[in-house]
Amino acid sequence: MAEKEKNDLEAIEKKYQAWKKLYQEALEKAPEKGKDLTTTSGRRVKEIYTPLDVSQIDYLRDIGFPGEYPYTRGIHPTMYHGRYWTMRQFSGFGTAEDTNKRYKYLLANGQTGLSVAFHLPTLMGIDSDHPLAEGEIGKCGVAIDTLADMEILFDGIPLDKVSTSMTINPPAAVLWAMYIAVAEKQGVPKTAISGTIQNDILKEYIAQKTFIFPPRPSMKLIVDTFEYGAKEVPRWNTISISGYHIREAGSTAVQELAFTLRDGIEYVEWALERGLQIDEFAPRLSFFFNAHNDFFEEIAKFRAARRIWAKVMRERFGAKNPRSWWLRFHTQTSGVSLMAQQPYNNVIRVTIQALAAVLGGTQSLHTNSLDETYALPSEHAVTIALRTQQIIAHESGVINAIDPLGGSYYVEALTAEMEKEAWEYIRRIDDMGGMVKAIELGFPQREIMDSAYAYQQAIDKKEKIIVGVNAYQMEHEPIPILHIDESVAKKQLERLREVKKRRNGAEVKRKLADLRKAAEDDLNLMPYILACVKEYATLGEIIDTLKEVFGEYQEPANF
Amino acid sequence: MTERKIRVLIAKPGLDGHDRGAKVICRALRDAGMEVIYTGLRRTPEEIVNAAIQEDVDVIGLSILSGAHNILFPRIMELLKEKGAADIPVIAGGIIPDKDIPFLKKIGIKEIFLPGSSTEDIVHWIQEHIKPS
Repeated sequence: MAEKEKNDLEAIEKKYQAWKKLYQEALEKAPEKGKDLTTTSGRRVKEIYTPLDVSQIDYLRDIGFPGEYPYTRGIHPTMYHGRYWTMRQFSGFGTAEDTNKRYKYLLANGQTGLSVAFHLPTLMGIDSDHPLAEGEIGKCGVAIDTLADMEILFDGIPLDKVSTSMTINPPAAVLWAMYIAVAEKQGVPKTAISGTIQNDILKEYIAQKTFIFPPRPSMKLIVDTFEYGAKEVPRWNTISISGYHIREAGSTAVQELAFTLRDGIEYVEWALERGLQIDEFAPRLSFFFNAHNDFFEEIAKFRAARRIWAKVMRERFGAKNPRSWWLRFHTQTSGVSLMAQQPYNNVIRVTIQALAAVLGGTQSLHTNSLDETYALPSEHAVTIALRTQQIIAHESGVINAIDPLGGSYYVEALTAEMEKEAWEYIRRIDDMGGMVKAIELGFPQREIMDSAYAYQQAIDKKEKIIVGVNAYQMEHEPIPILHIDESVAKKQLERLREVKKRRNGAEVKRKLADLRKAAEDDLNLMPYILACVKEYATLGEIIDTLKEVFGEYQEPANF
Repeated sequence: MTERKIRVLIAKPGLDGHDRGAKVICRALRDAGMEVIYTGLRRTPEEIVNAAIQEDVDVIGLSILSGAHNILFPRIMELLKEKGAADIPVIAGGIIPDKDIPFLKKIGIKEIFLPGSSTEDIVHWIQEHIKPS
């Protein structure tokens, strides 16, 4: 370091110590917020950040320029000047007709990408006529049992013009096959469709818990999709490696960051083991993060994520194509931060969280609706959520200078700190033998459980204030909410009956038998699943066939 | 003679996989000195009622966020009656719209803890209303 710089830092250090004395004296007299400077995750931060906190950071090495390694400031040179983030509201309820209507409404109102929320039976690979589906049909998402439902879901929506993300995990290959089949019927070849399947099983065991098969066959299925996608569906993101759910389950921001990226490392390792070339599939890996309450911690998290992943891909895996180094991500504002008390307050929460995502350089964004602690979004509420993004994009000015918080002493120090802590977690999990092993040991699950419990205790003790819940409570008028009534179930069951009547039952049986054999022979299952789907085999029939070969996963009931 | 601990079954009925709340409550109840049995995810009404009887619990807590409570809760209450265990009080929490509460209370759910409830609320309610058998 140059002599002048060293002297400057020494002078600042001296001044800082003097200022700190002043600060502490003043605080003793008036400690309203007090000495508790912790983020939502419980991280202690300093009362102020100065050049002293970033003296080890080298601009060109660590921060750089957008579109250049290590991508701290963004993965594209132009960022939002070239293209706004995709406004992609996660959506689905009732029957395919109900949801198709909502999709058209959202697209007409400025949404720029689709995102499908499936009901619980579909998420769990069971059909609407299964006993376990009773009471659940169409309640948490759209009911999809066969290709017939998918056709209705996308009726009048040109799949060569709009990209679709589907939140689906163990059955991802099946829903993807249905989407491919719908596109083909529209005359759109699979080389022209664009979208994402979440397809991230590791975080299911860790957090979201919609798992079906055990880890090994689940990983096999996922690598099948990487392989198939690389060859046949080049514009598709075959995985959305997710931290959102890990955070929602109660993890800290660093745990979200570390576990997500370590999951990513695991997927890459398994794909390489299959014999795929890194640059063949890595450009189509995508990510999904949470935008939680603590504004600066979240921005630092996103920036650290890009830097870590770039290093992982270039240094650990030796990827040569820069596209393999880019961490492309979707963000959703935190569901768990929404409160049932005084629900209009949620609009403010979502705004702050969405702003953090944009300042963090997200490629795609979902903003929650104010009424989601009660029900799925009403049309009125989802409109406000969409407008939130549009106002940020067009009125706030934050997208004018790229990565405007770059260079902030606080944000750069926090980015570096979170990166360091994430690397420590990654090393720990490496030492355990990888993420599948760590999951078997219950490691990430326990970390999350401990963080979740600590957070709830902080709220119960009023160490963390939640407006309207443990402070500023008041009665509020009940708000109108979306109601899914049991006629949805009736309709869906009737349609399923019809589909089963109309289809060629013998062909279905044959295709399912082919699938079973292919699974037993450890072949790439995508073409076989596609063949089943085209004959209107149900999701449940396909998953049951795979269950016979792969088995089912039971989670130990720990807390 | 030491007083017997209150035994609580925390159950996840239906397909819902959100277990953060249920697990946090399990820990809080355990830290408050209760004996807690957690059923794990995706249990049927039959499994829940059988577990409650087998484990000889003093109270059952149902956690559900999927909206299937109007179908699953009555099923659970029926089964408890059928198996002669209708004396086990049942409480619930999760995502349950206000308008469903009267119906659920009518079928015998003793208390419903909505989002925003503190773990202390739940611990106190159990300590006040439940006597270990």
